[in-house]
Amino acid sequence: MTEAAVSSAPKARTTARRPDSIRLLLNNSLATGGFIVLVAVALVALAAPFLPLADPDVTAPANRLMPPFSPDHFLGTDALGRDILSRIVWGTRVSLAVGLSATVIAAFFGSLIGLVAGYAAGRVDSVLMRGIDMIMAFPYILLALAIVAVLGPGLLNALYAIAVVNIPFFARNIRGITLGLSRREFVDAARLSGKSNVQILFIEVLPNVLPVIIITMSTTIGWMILETAGLSFLGLGAQPPQADLGSMLGEGRKILFTAPHVSVVPGLMILVLVMSINLFGDGVRDVLDPRLKSGVLTRPVARTTIDRKEAPSGLKPRGDAVLDVQDLRTEFHLGGTVYKAAGGVDLHLAQGECLGVVGESGSGKSVSAMSIMGLVPSPPGRIVGGAAFLGDEDLFSLSDERIRQLRGADVSHVFQDPLSTLHPLFTIGDQLTEAILAHRRITRSQARKIAEDLLKLVRIPNPAERLKVYPHELSGGMRQRICIAMALANDAKVMIADEPTTALDVTVQAQILSLMNTLRHERNAAILFITHDFGVVSAICDRVAVMYAGKVVETGTTEEILNSPAHPYTAKLIDCVPVLGEPERRLDAIEGRPPMVNNLPQGCAFADRCPKAQADCRAAPISVTEIAEGRSVRCLHPVKEGEHV
Amino acid sequence: MAGYILKRLIAAIPVLFGLTIIVFLIMAMIPGDTATAILGSYATPENVEKLNRDLGLDKSLPQQYFIWLGNLLQGDMGRSYSLNRPVLDEVVERFSATMILAGTSLVLCSIFGLLAGVVSAVRQFGWTDKIITFLVLIGISTPSFWLGLLLILAFAVKLQLFPASGMFAIYGGGDLPDLIHHLVLPALTLSVVATGVIARLTRTSMLEVLRQDYIRTARAKGLAERKVIAKHAFKAALVNVIPVIGIQAGFVMGGAVYIETVFQWPGIGSMLVTAISTRDLLLVQGGVLFVAAAYVLFNLAADVVQTMLDPRLR
Repeated sequence: MTEAAVSSAPKARTTARRPDSIRLLLNNSLATGGFIVLVAVALVALAAPFLPLADPDVTAPANRLMPPFSPDHFLGTDALGRDILSRIVWGTRVSLAVGLSATVIAAFFGSLIGLVAGYAAGRVDSVLMRGIDMIMAFPYILLALAIVAVLGPGLLNALYAIAVVNIPFFARNIRGITLGLSRREFVDAARLSGKSNVQILFIEVLPNVLPVIIITMSTTIGWMILETAGLSFLGLGAQPPQADLGSMLGEGRKILFTAPHVSVVPGLMILVLVMSINLFGDGVRDVLDPRLKSGVLTRPVARTTIDRKEAPSGLKPRGDAVLDVQDLRTEFHLGGTVYKAAGGVDLHLAQGECLGVVGESGSGKSVSAMSIMGLVPSPPGRIVGGAAFLGDEDLFSLSDERIRQLRGADVSHVFQDPLSTLHPLFTIGDQLTEAILAHRRITRSQARKIAEDLLKLVRIPNPAERLKVYPHELSGGMRQRICIAMALANDAKVMIADEPTTALDVTVQAQILSLMNTLRHERNAAILFITHDFGVVSAICDRVAVMYAGKVVETGTTEEILNSPAHPYTAKLIDCVPVLGEPERRLDAIEGRPPMVNNLPQGCAFADRCPKAQADCRAAPISVTEIAEGRSVRCLHPVKEGEHV
Repeated sequence: MAGYILKRLIAAIPVLFGLTIIVFLIMAMIPGDTATAILGSYATPENVEKLNRDLGLDKSLPQQYFIWLGNLLQGDMGRSYSLNRPVLDEVVERFSATMILAGTSLVLCSIFGLLAGVVSAVRQFGWTDKIITFLVLIGISTPSFWLGLLLILAFAVKLQLFPASGMFAIYGGGDLPDLIHHLVLPALTLSVVATGVIARLTRTSMLEVLRQDYIRTARAKGLAERKVIAKHAFKAALVNVIPVIGIQAGFVMGGAVYIETVFQWPGIGSMLVTAISTRDLLLVQGGVLFVAAAYVLFNLAADVVQTMLDPRLR
């Protein structure tokens, strides 16, 4: 299944992450750019005393307000004739130092409060956090102003003020992480080994919250530089003759109209400094916080990308099928690895028929079913081969608009978890009428009437009332009935049901199955029923296709498959089903694990787990053999009638 | 819903009291003797003692607080010594100017931020996304007071499209078009940073939402992609963004301090800066308290809107 394929990729990368952090950071070109600029600025600022610069504080009234690019004064001079380039370098030194110190102070006290609150929990936690909440109830800059008002203007006071108002950010972030960590086993183990609370906090917990502290620092330092510059700009920070970038900007403002460069240049320097810090900080966060790493947060587009190497000219729809999937190949491309989730799948559905698709997690059954209407998330999924015929139309060559018209009208879906598949913020009525109105030109009230009838059809009591409720107000079984009603809204010819009963209680499962069975007979709809449960198969399916490692390995009627499985895998799978009243029946799980679909063997994918495997099984791909009318198996040594594997 | 709003309003009362305590404490923590500071060169021992008695500074701290709070509840915030008028009158006058500026900015940053975030997410990895992401980065890294100066240079001095300062024209102004004319530059400047923050969060939130199962359901129903994005995904993303817009209200009101100074907007921000320089602490106290209370109410409004959008929170 999709989830399995997707989640296995980051796991493989995690092991290699630690030593690669720096390389990963450098791979991010924006972060690298930010880092280079930042280092350059910092080096120049540090080297200021050794650079051949004019004295930043020496006034020269004769040279006042010289424009940029003047001889001897590359960036011009200010109102007192001081060299702006030199003042910028020295001012950057002050701004950087103040920003860094404020960050360190805020990080120290904020992290300390967060660590203690999170570790101590209970009353200490609530007292500390209420205090933090109180500080956060103030608009950020206003509180800093109030503090400066009390302490009096001055660079050091501005630094304290900015540090204090940033403490809550650290305290909150660190407290959250610490709270989670202090309930973990390694903390209990440390406590049992007799370590004191202080030891545990600083030796066991602190190293684990360090990344969060660094992330918070790297994302707040830019702010702090901006805000201290702001206070200086207002005349509340650095006082003359001391100057940081903000106070230079503030002084320049008075002569904005006559000599704009005096204020424009320091502002530009602040922008460059803060932007390089933010770029670098974002890079650091991406590396340290794996959840935000690129590729994880990709947005699936409206329809699965179709990227067939060659047009499947040889494939023609079979006459008797409403839906005919042939040689379907769907892949996931993740970080340079290709996962062949569906590797040539054939499925066909006659009118009014229910075909069960059975297999373990990761066998490709959901991916195959979701590929049909292009609902496999893409990126990373893409359909690379095969065809799916709905009547005469090949779904993979249709326009997006045509697919939209078919979705929900000719082919509808019922998904696994009815809570997450219904939109939490819209009423049942809204969601149902919307499904109807997407395909019919009728009024809203007519659609609402149809929606009410649909709810009646799926045996929901008080349908008119239920239209007004939200999904979370219903039980799981009720929600799934709603989903089925939605799938029936436009008399679909084919319903694709992806494990519709898996998330439900057993009794509710039985109700939903019998409802689906009745409705398909009433409406003569074909169902593609994906499940891993043979009990469900026997309850509703006419025919079964068994899937393994992205391929169909056996098809036949439900009775044939259940009574005389031909593929050793099917036989094993059926053996795994517990039967009431037969406790002595062996319930051995199939040994080994299914192969990863990014690394499939040349021959039979089941050979490694198969008791009947022989040398020829591994030699070459196995083709499908028809062993009876409508019954085929992908095996060189099928299980014979009565044989036990 | 009305019951919920009432409940939230009642829950806000202790927070508002908490604010008064903090504001009071900050002012009480002033190093040195307040009376001496106020009197400056007139600080003879008799004057200091008299002023201490007048200000109630000879009483204990809790006593002082309750006296102060009692006066506050009666609308008496003291008298500004630098302006020689009641603090409340001055603050109320200034507060409305700040609300006009901050309110406009908040509306602008919500519209632009949400729009940019949604477009960026929908065009993920495309050129539009890259450009928006970069602009957002510049936006949140730009000192707003500097940006204000640049806009004055460009639009007031060079192009002469908008006035450089003030809230109304000195001669013949005073009507709404005049106000809007004066409002454009400061409101835009003030909204830039918040726009960036909201755009970033909206983008992430949209990307998160677009991966959800219910989006797949909406597509499986055959809804047009435009509707999937604008209705299903946007509403879910908005629920996450609304609280942040509430928080941005605080940043916008705080940022108004700079912008009001740059554009000489007669709001609380510029009043505070002057009051701090003249050490008119009662005025500072009144201003801070008003803005902080407004911030609490903004956040409350954000909570209420979020609850209206999300039935699960009711």
